[in-house]
Amino acid sequence: MNKAHLAAGALLLLTAACGGSGGPGGSGADDGPVTLTYALWDDAQQGAYQQCADAFHKANPGITITINQAAWDQYWQNLTTQMVSGKAPDVITMQTTYYPQFVKNGQLLDLGPMAEADKVDFGQYRPGLADLWVKDGKRYGLPKDWDTIAIVYNTALVKKAGLDLGDLTWNPADGGTFEKALARLTVDTSGRRGDEPGFDKSKVAVYGIVAELNDGSQGQNGWGDLAVSNGFRYIDKNPFGTRYFYDDPKLAETAAWFRRLMDKGYAAPYDKKSSLGPDVVLGSGKGALGITGSWMIKTYLDSTEQKFAFAPLPTGPQGRKSAYNGLADTVYAGTEHPEAAWKWVKFLGSTACQDIVADSAVAFPAITSSTERAVKAHKAAHRDVSAFTSQADAPGGTFLLPVSDHGDEIDQIVGTAMEEVWLGQKDARTALTAANQRVNALFTAGG
Amino acid sequence: MLLRQGEPAAPPVAGPAHRLKAGARGDGRLAAAFLAPALIGFGLFYLYPALRGAWYSMTDWNLLSRPRFVGLDNYARLLHDPLFWNSLKVTAGYVVLNLGIQLVAGLGLAALLHRLTRSLVLRSLLVVPWLVPNVTTGLLWMWLLDADLGFVNHLLTGAGLPAQGFLTSPDLALPSVAVITSWSGTGYTALLLYAGMLLVPRHVYEAAALDGSGEIRTFFRVTLPLMRPILAFVLVVSLIDSFQLFDAVAVTTKGGPVNATRVIYHYIYEQAFTHFKMGYASALALSLVLVLGVLTFVQMRLLRASASDLA
Repeated sequence: MNKAHLAAGALLLLTAACGGSGGPGGSGADDGPVTLTYALWDDAQQGAYQQCADAFHKANPGITITINQAAWDQYWQNLTTQMVSGKAPDVITMQTTYYPQFVKNGQLLDLGPMAEADKVDFGQYRPGLADLWVKDGKRYGLPKDWDTIAIVYNTALVKKAGLDLGDLTWNPADGGTFEKALARLTVDTSGRRGDEPGFDKSKVAVYGIVAELNDGSQGQNGWGDLAVSNGFRYIDKNPFGTRYFYDDPKLAETAAWFRRLMDKGYAAPYDKKSSLGPDVVLGSGKGALGITGSWMIKTYLDSTEQKFAFAPLPTGPQGRKSAYNGLADTVYAGTEHPEAAWKWVKFLGSTACQDIVADSAVAFPAITSSTERAVKAHKAAHRDVSAFTSQADAPGGTFLLPVSDHGDEIDQIVGTAMEEVWLGQKDARTALTAANQRVNALFTAGG
Repeated sequence: MLLRQGEPAAPPVAGPAHRLKAGARGDGRLAAAFLAPALIGFGLFYLYPALRGAWYSMTDWNLLSRPRFVGLDNYARLLHDPLFWNSLKVTAGYVVLNLGIQLVAGLGLAALLHRLTRSLVLRSLLVVPWLVPNVTTGLLWMWLLDADLGFVNHLLTGAGLPAQGFLTSPDLALPSVAVITSWSGTGYTALLLYAGMLLVPRHVYEAAALDGSGEIRTFFRVTLPLMRPILAFVLVVSLIDSFQLFDAVAVTTKGGPVNATRVIYHYIYEQAFTHFKMGYASALALSLVLVLGVLTFVQMRLLRASASDLA
């Protein structure tokens, strides 16, 4: 009897737990006090956005913002399962690879009419960022921040090698002055450099480059940037193209060049590289240089183990090109408080919040004037971030990362093909051509 | 007389019978009450999800859309999915490695425990790795085995040997994962086998010793055959357990490099929660049920697990 009661009790509890999905806030009307949940993944940014939330609450006492932070690795899974149960956060920090999928399944609110009614000035954002979030005439997000790519290097090691990384060149044939620098920065256990006679590539103490090669379908932190500077184009139309060009020889050349770095001993062989991430390896002093994004600025410059600085990417045959990516704030279609959520998104996308983010220097805000403010904040803290900003300002200096349907699958297909190249299992041309066929088949299958 | 004799005699006969009947009814209710929690749990957390899974395997559900019935499309796709077959192959490789290491090492440890020492402290120490959460084990070994900064490679290079990419080389990744999970699982296997050895009566050993059988011969000719049912049990449980490898892979290699450790569970997980193909993932999961069911049946049959030679 007792057990049956217990079981019944457990059932009741369960149904109560399942039934309590009314969502945060409770009251459905927007005139009462409302609590909105705001999801983001970057814990470094949480403080700045909490300040925004406080300022917003002051201006709108009826609306309270609860920030819900989950690490990148869990963020998307959490979000999807929350959507399935109908209680996703009201406002969601969104990234370009993932958002098409949510749009396709009707999980994001069209903000277009509200943006039009409130006359949001899209000219205030840096060019290109606002357009990423429009599909079929509907607007799903307001730009939040942006990032570019640069070289990060260990200042002591570069000084010892007597190098200046300010203006490197690169080409896929002989690697230009970039490869020369990498050779010089590589040191074997008996102290011989990569460009000196007798260099033993099987006993390397410091690698010239710690490359982030396991980098999905975009190669944002390395191969993508160099491939584009070699004339590679990802997709026929961005955003929302339907044909990819991963079989382009320009890309294969670039991948083959990266693979040659391993053969020459300037980079760790792929099957013997650390799986702990370039920042950990560079922090341990076992590598001299890496290619990284502006979101890592503070991680590197605040490192207590090594001193780091940034340099612009090398100039390729088609110029110097950096990936340029932006995030946005979007509204969950299932929110009970669309009006309040829009107010918060509008606030996030205004100078009122983006200046706060700028002052804390955790990201480059999407609004042009706020970005300038962030640069000033970095300067005041004696952080030189010009490698990232000057590249963003240079005409033709950036390219937007591809946005399309099937982003998660393309990531895996191309990521695996690239791994085959790094491991030397297949040559770049063969692996990438096969991958490209599978990628483009995703679009013709009508899935 | 008959009546008088029968009268007092009747109640004792009828009485227990009555009581038995009433008791049976009472027991039934009690039994139902005792069974209810398990049954409700089974129904709610196993049967119902399994039925739902079977239904989803015939839809194109992607978590967010409304499931649409697609018949056996998912299963047809599965037959032509190279990654599915690859994951089965990888899983089989892992199962063989893992079972091999665990059984041999486990039997060795159990025999040592059985014949040399019965120290409770030693027995408890054996299961300590098994008590560590798998994710912790994975992280620990990921750092230890790291190609560049790992302690194991530090030892290797210190001894003048080349460093190894234990988890990053396609040839070493799967064996490394098998060693990691064996490290955590062997103690538990050994304990189960040890318990099985305790079931073998002492007098059998005395007889063997009298007949002049040595330690090794006794082990292979007496201990092993007599603990066949427990061996079968351990084999079946470890086999199913190894098929369900997930956490160690998810933590250390995420299926890479180039599918070298993409075991079936990880593949199902990726389909379901990275690509949100719930329908296809369900079809994969049901196929795994089928594979496991057949394997278990074959094993039980081959090992005659339900019959003991001791009886």
